[in-house]
Amino acid sequence: MSAPHDNHGHDAHDDHGHGHDEGPHSSFKGYMTGFVLAVILTAIPFWLVMGKVFDKPSTTALVILAFAAVQIVVHMIYFLHMDTKVQGGWSMLALIFTVVLVVITLSGSIWVMYHLNTNMMPMSAHEMKNMP
Amino acid sequence: MSDTTATTMHSPTGKMNPAHAHVNASTSLQSADFYLVKEHHVENGTLLGFWLYLMSDCLIFAVLFAVYAVLGRSYAAGPSGADLFDLKLVAVNTSMLLLSSITYGFAMLEMQRKRVAPTLVWLAVTGLFGAAFLGIELYEFAHLIHEGAVPQRSAFLSSFFTLVGTHGLHVTFGIIWLVTLMVQVGRGGLTPENRRRLMCLSMFWHFLDVVWIGVFTFVYLMGSLA
Repeated sequence: MSAPHDNHGHDAHDDHGHGHDEGPHSSFKGYMTGFVLAVILTAIPFWLVMGKVFDKPSTTALVILAFAAVQIVVHMIYFLHMDTKVQGGWSMLALIFTVVLVVITLSGSIWVMYHLNTNMMPMSAHEMKNMP
Repeated sequence: MSDTTATTMHSPTGKMNPAHAHVNASTSLQSADFYLVKEHHVENGTLLGFWLYLMSDCLIFAVLFAVYAVLGRSYAAGPSGADLFDLKLVAVNTSMLLLSSITYGFAMLEMQRKRVAPTLVWLAVTGLFGAAFLGIELYEFAHLIHEGAVPQRSAFLSSFFTLVGTHGLHVTFGIIWLVTLMVQVGRGGLTPENRRRLMCLSMFWHFLDVVWIGVFTFVYLMGSLA
């Protein structure tokens, strides 16, 4: 009983500097790693689009979305210092919950509204003008 | 210590009902763990609370992204993103925000070393990069409006101005907050309260950069593809 108490009570404090309302301890190396990765992950999508590297726009779209996803994770880890131990895991729990909601909102909206558009009755320009 | 000895002491006495004793021991150990993991984090509630605010803010942006995803190709015979967006300007804008993120990181490092003047200098540099970002965005908006690409023109432009404008508004308030904190640090030094405030703004600022990743990818780059 006493041994685990000591471990949780003090070592965890020192690792993350939670003792006196300190945030996670950040380092120059961590920020620079994040920055260099972010620059690379930003420059490549801009180059792909501005240089028209791929012939098919859909390929470019998928690739730059993947780069964005990776860059968001990089920012989360190196700039926002997210890991599973911050605030005893509650930050990560809130983040996971939010990500679930975001995925439902985005994919649900796009899915439903896309089908709504394609299933609409076709309408000519003339009919559109005379709509009530 | 007392608990484990207590449970080992109990088990021989609980011979009459060993299963019951076993359940008792395991639940008492689990509940002990439960308190241990969470107890010492309660004192540190501000940062978690601010993180929860950021998550709710994230939902606002998610909904605006969803609106743009649905309406972003409804041009109403007006200009499209490929006609309007100047990607070089967006690239400059993106680098401004990215640079402001790293300089805020440097401010946090100086804060950890408890050096007031360098912290203030890096905060000022961050504020200038933020202001540059905002200036470029306002220039872009003014240019669009001058060309007749106003929010009322099409559903695409309505959702574009709402999404990008909301982000810009966040940056505006971030800069106001930054200046406020610079005054407070200048007057009171790096007290625990001011350090906590700086950490909250750090999360806010980096969060805005994360949202901007979505904006430049989803709105500007993918809009220019079509």
